[in-house]
Amino acid sequence: MELTDITLKEASRKLASKGISARELVAAFLNRVKQVDKSVHAFLSVYENEALACADEADGRILDGTSFSLTGIPYAVKDCILVKGAKATAGSKILENYIAPYDATVIKKLKDQTPVMIGKTNMDEFAMGSSTENSAFGPTKNPYDLDRVPGGSSGGSAAAVAAGEAIFALGSDTGGSVRQPAAFCGVVGLKPTYGRVSRHGLMAMGSSLDQIGVFSKTVEDCAIVFGQIAGTDERDSTSLPQPVPDYVNLLKEDLKGIKVGMPKEYFGDGMDKEVRKVIEDSIKVFERLGAIIEEVSLPHSKYALSVYYVIMPVEVSANLSRYDGIRYGLSLPGQTLEEVYYNTRSEGLGSETKRRIMIGAYASSAGYYDAYYKKAIQVRRLIRQDFVEAFKKVDIMVTPTSPNRPWKFGEKSKDPLLMYLEDIFTVGLNVAGVPGISVPSGVLEDGLPVGLQIIAPHFAEERLFASGHAFEKALDLKIKPKL
Amino acid sequence: MAISQEEVERIARLARLKFDGPEKTKLQTELSAILNYVDQLKEVEAKVSESEFETEGANLMRDDVAEVLIDREELLGRAPTREGNFFKVKSVLD
Repeated sequence: MELTDITLKEASRKLASKGISARELVAAFLNRVKQVDKSVHAFLSVYENEALACADEADGRILDGTSFSLTGIPYAVKDCILVKGAKATAGSKILENYIAPYDATVIKKLKDQTPVMIGKTNMDEFAMGSSTENSAFGPTKNPYDLDRVPGGSSGGSAAAVAAGEAIFALGSDTGGSVRQPAAFCGVVGLKPTYGRVSRHGLMAMGSSLDQIGVFSKTVEDCAIVFGQIAGTDERDSTSLPQPVPDYVNLLKEDLKGIKVGMPKEYFGDGMDKEVRKVIEDSIKVFERLGAIIEEVSLPHSKYALSVYYVIMPVEVSANLSRYDGIRYGLSLPGQTLEEVYYNTRSEGLGSETKRRIMIGAYASSAGYYDAYYKKAIQVRRLIRQDFVEAFKKVDIMVTPTSPNRPWKFGEKSKDPLLMYLEDIFTVGLNVAGVPGISVPSGVLEDGLPVGLQIIAPHFAEERLFASGHAFEKALDLKIKPKL
Repeated sequence: MAISQEEVERIARLARLKFDGPEKTKLQTELSAILNYVDQLKEVEAKVSESEFETEGANLMRDDVAEVLIDREELLGRAPTREGNFFKVKSVLD
């Protein structure tokens, strides 16, 4: 085993027992980035000197006994989350040279624990896409097959963890942008409950949907990191004050008597046959662990994607109006103020971003607002209610994270609607606000990983960790990309 | 439902985006396809109360106390053009 295969828990233990220094650990990861990132392209920027200096500070803390569970742990951050003094491009030309002026709340909370940031990761422009092909700086490759997409939009963060370039990473999930790339890259990916984590310092995409999530190698590692970033924040009025439990202490090894729902609408036609087989085998693991499997129904599921592709673009068109060439970012000259707007936005934004702004502007414009936006918000309530009702019968639900395997570059980028359909199993959770986690659950014949999505009621992330951990232990899947 | 070229131009104006001829034609097709897809929402009977934007809890407000979150220079320094402590823009009124 190479040092860069290490889990957070092991690394933390080794650092505490002085079996390894933070400098050695961080240097190994920086070295790995040098070795593999030319082919994977997970990172948009790497902060080698800062990381090594940070590692030395961590070693100082370990020596004088003031270390924390994350001290010295190398991590990566999606480029739409602000880290003071570091570039934050969000994968867009319009922010190519933008340096973040402050730390996002999640970064501030992590920094209190003194981990070491390696760099900022690649993504679809402003988190719009399912493959990283919409990054203005070129796509990230799937570490398991460099001809295939890593998923998106947080593809860089997922690939970085999968390729051993970081022990954990942060991403953001608006319609599946943490869970789907986690599934495609064979790592764990969490989307918390809407309101669970502060979005202060996250570039806004769809404000009623966005959440910051965590990528890691194991469910336990995910629980450790999540415990540090969860909780309310006075700088994000949508973050709610529910207490944050000790997730690690609530992990389980068996699932005796736990009721697991299989939403029948998620197991219909149109799924890759091999993916279906892996998921069915995973459900048998849950049974072996003592869980009771039940079919449940989320009757409005088929409308989730439509609701999402109205609400999200409307919010996008409002949120991205701030990129106007006046206060920061790219600014192109024009004869009039209007021309500055037109020139800057038309040149600085990519085609998928513009497409979504256009849909959003249309669906919220006079005469169309009631037919599209208002209607979508009403149907959204029905979808949310479906989840609430189903969770009166079961404790958690399981579905595939994605109906398909990672596709080859270019395969779906010609037809936007085809790409949108890839979000089919993940968007429902964002629309309803419930949390979900993708856990590696097997591999296909061609060696590509498959993810199982576990869903819990609002603010019950501990159920995701407990059941995910038990599943992961029982499955004992050992996968690693050949790079 | 198909989106006309004029409609594409109207929306582009609202969004402060400009497109050339071929781009407009492509957008006509793409936007029509997406809007046709989401049109399935029309078949749902959804009678929901007026409080559409209701969230879980009440609005969470912090005390109205001034604080320095970010240094003013840090922010102004990112502007493409400024004058003193102001962002400088082209004249707004003719």
